[in-house]
Amino acid sequence: MTETLIEGHKPLAPPPGIPVLDIDPYDVDTLYTPHAYYEALRAAGPVAYIPRYQVLAVGRFDETKTTFSDHETFVSSRGIGLNDFKLEKPWRPPSIILEVDPPEHTRTRRVMSKALSPKVVRGLMDDFRNSAATILDGLLGREIEAVVDLAEAFPTAVFPRAVGMKDVHTRHLVDYGAIVFNAVGPDNVLRQRDMARAPEVAAWINAACARDRLTDDGLGALVYAAADAGDITEAEAGMLVRSFLSAGVDTTVTGIGNALWCFSQNPDQWEALKADPSLIRPAFEEVLRYTSPVHTFLRTADRDTEIGGHPVPEGTKVLCVLASANMDPEKWGDPEVFRVDRRPVGHMAFGAGIHGCVGQNIARGELEALLSVMIEKVDRIEPMGEAIWRPNNAIRALDKLPLKLIPS
Amino acid sequence: MKVTYIQPDGSQQVVEGIEGDSVMQTAVNAGVPGIIAECGGSMACATCHVYVDAAWADKTGTRSESEEDMLDCAMAEMTDRSRLSCQVRLTADLDGLTVHVPEDDF
Repeated sequence: MTETLIEGHKPLAPPPGIPVLDIDPYDVDTLYTPHAYYEALRAAGPVAYIPRYQVLAVGRFDETKTTFSDHETFVSSRGIGLNDFKLEKPWRPPSIILEVDPPEHTRTRRVMSKALSPKVVRGLMDDFRNSAATILDGLLGREIEAVVDLAEAFPTAVFPRAVGMKDVHTRHLVDYGAIVFNAVGPDNVLRQRDMARAPEVAAWINAACARDRLTDDGLGALVYAAADAGDITEAEAGMLVRSFLSAGVDTTVTGIGNALWCFSQNPDQWEALKADPSLIRPAFEEVLRYTSPVHTFLRTADRDTEIGGHPVPEGTKVLCVLASANMDPEKWGDPEVFRVDRRPVGHMAFGAGIHGCVGQNIARGELEALLSVMIEKVDRIEPMGEAIWRPNNAIRALDKLPLKLIPS
Repeated sequence: MKVTYIQPDGSQQVVEGIEGDSVMQTAVNAGVPGIIAECGGSMACATCHVYVDAAWADKTGTRSESEEDMLDCAMAEMTDRSRLSCQVRLTADLDGLTVHVPEDDF
């Protein structure tokens, strides 16, 4: 028997008694200004049915964390977007770390976890700081478009070098992440536009991940060393290097852009950071909580289960709205306030559980380097026009951020 | 149930914990210094490293390979009593648990 799929997943009638939220979370206007949707989602209940896509959604902190972390019930192997990989072929070969469950996940995660360990990141920090200083010196005191001039410029300088890439194409590196993240949404204009250019960008990315396109002293070489040791195959090593590029460029670009936006909007918090550099790392955690660079990933119920007392049938796609969990007043008290000394341990911006972002140490390292150089060199971060967001089905990033960095 | 955190200077903090919570979460809730727990419990950061007191070493279970990989990256030296406190869950057996916070967790 064949069944008509909805956005590549099994149709779902609303479970009896479940709150219904008649909204399109992937509407472009909603993606521009999502906070009313997050509030409505939390108000609806512990879980809500979204008729537009016949899915469930969670946005309160507790249910989001529980659902997102319960990898046995809510699996990743059926895709972390609206497509159910069990029913429909994904647009690219699935990631062997993101879109996979234990025990397969345990093996690949361990390789990546070692390649991106705190120890490895400590060894990269000098380069991160030097590169941040060089880039900043060229930007001080004049009007800049901070997304391209700084948020993209810094990670695309340091990260490909950390990976050991011999080929660097800044645009493809940034755009590949955005394509991957738009692909987890519905078949809307954003996904269609990115799928149209995916073949060219993905071909470049795949070629750049080959062993002979990497130096022998980078993160990529660490992954290929795991292949030499027999822990993974040669093909798997290439796939894991691809994961560096899906998840390690556009996300960090977004994190930096969002950080600059936070400080440009909250000059008192920039003063607080300059006055107490020990707040640099906690401040980045607050940027992550406050802006949630990844706003939504999905899970798939692999068996009949429940959320908050509501039945959830096998095959149900569940939107885990991380950005909403990070703005839940029940958890955070005053979530709408950006405070560098909040120390929001347990925020959901890097996910939670076994699929929690494996690159979070390097992201923190890049931000620590950049912000520590900035507090030395930049007295004030002044907005020079309206900040404009860039709608994406999974990422909340800036498109334009006109700023002036006033030197110390 | 109670957990005691001993700082490198010898000062002690006794914290009320809830069964099922991790030793990391219990420390974070109480603001115990030195348990930074940057990654929130995903075994990605090693900033919740503790040394389990000798008297409790047999009761806190064993470390997974992934936990050992991460402990190997901690700032303070890894010993046979090192644990990531996010990986130790409070059970009735662990009421009264004592752990030592390392000198430099970060």
